Amino acid sequence: MMEAMVFYLFAFLIVISALAVVTLRNIFHCALFLILCLFSVAGVYVLLHAEFLAVVQVLLYVGAVAILMIFAIMLTSKLAGREIQMTNEQTFLGLFLSFVLLFGLVYALRGTLFRIVAEGPPPQSTLQIGRLLMTDYVLPFELVSVLLLAALIGAIVIARQEGN
Amino acid sequence: MQLMHYLTLAAILFSIGFYGLLTRRNAIALLMSLELMFNAVNINLVALNRFVTPRDFTGQIFAIFVIVIAAAEATIGLAIVILIYRNWHSIDADRINLLKW
Repeated sequence: MMEAMVFYLFAFLIVISALAVVTLRNIFHCALFLILCLFSVAGVYVLLHAEFLAVVQVLLYVGAVAILMIFAIMLTSKLAGREIQMTNEQTFLGLFLSFVLLFGLVYALRGTLFRIVAEGPPPQSTLQIGRLLMTDYVLPFELVSVLLLAALIGAIVIARQEGN
Repeated sequence: MQLMHYLTLAAILFSIGFYGLLTRRNAIALLMSLELMFNAVNINLVALNRFVTPRDFTGQIFAIFVIVIAAAEATIGLAIVILIYRNWHSIDADRINLLKW
């Protein structure tokens, strides 16, 4: 009962803040609601007994990606005053297409039979994840670290001022 | 809570992100909508990991990779946005049509 209430609270927060992210006119408010949405997703991870992922979500998304977004907003939009048009002329078409996508997804979910296992989550999930990352998934783990390095260098090269 | 609740929540979040991706003009808002869609996928992965295969952590490990790659995508995307702004003084995605013919 308690779990259901917490789930619905987080689901409500996620949906409301996500709607705010895609509809508000002020891009800075959008970024703040995005942070709220990412926090609520971390709460859902805790409900799903994925504590390590919840911490990674807060550290990486809220701590890094959202702050990066706010930096980019500060650097690009001449914030106060001038109203920038935020949406294009395809609002109704976009609304229609996303409802079609939503109903298609829900229809497909209703028709799918998942083999749900009754057992609870094993204890010490963080330990297990660390062990798996260093044994079975060590190749993708190393590849992703090289990818991050490439993204870091690429971002510096792209955004650097020419000539100095 | 049952699996279907989580999957439906993820579907709703994905559709909202899709709507934002279709209708926004600001390039940074487009990247934000993409982040919403990544999060929907991650909720799916973690929920299926919890309810279908709780013993092996495949879903959670994939979610970690998705988060890391989303961070790399955001870094490169925002660098490109800043570069476009520096050259054109606008980040209106409808007007960035240099590669379109």
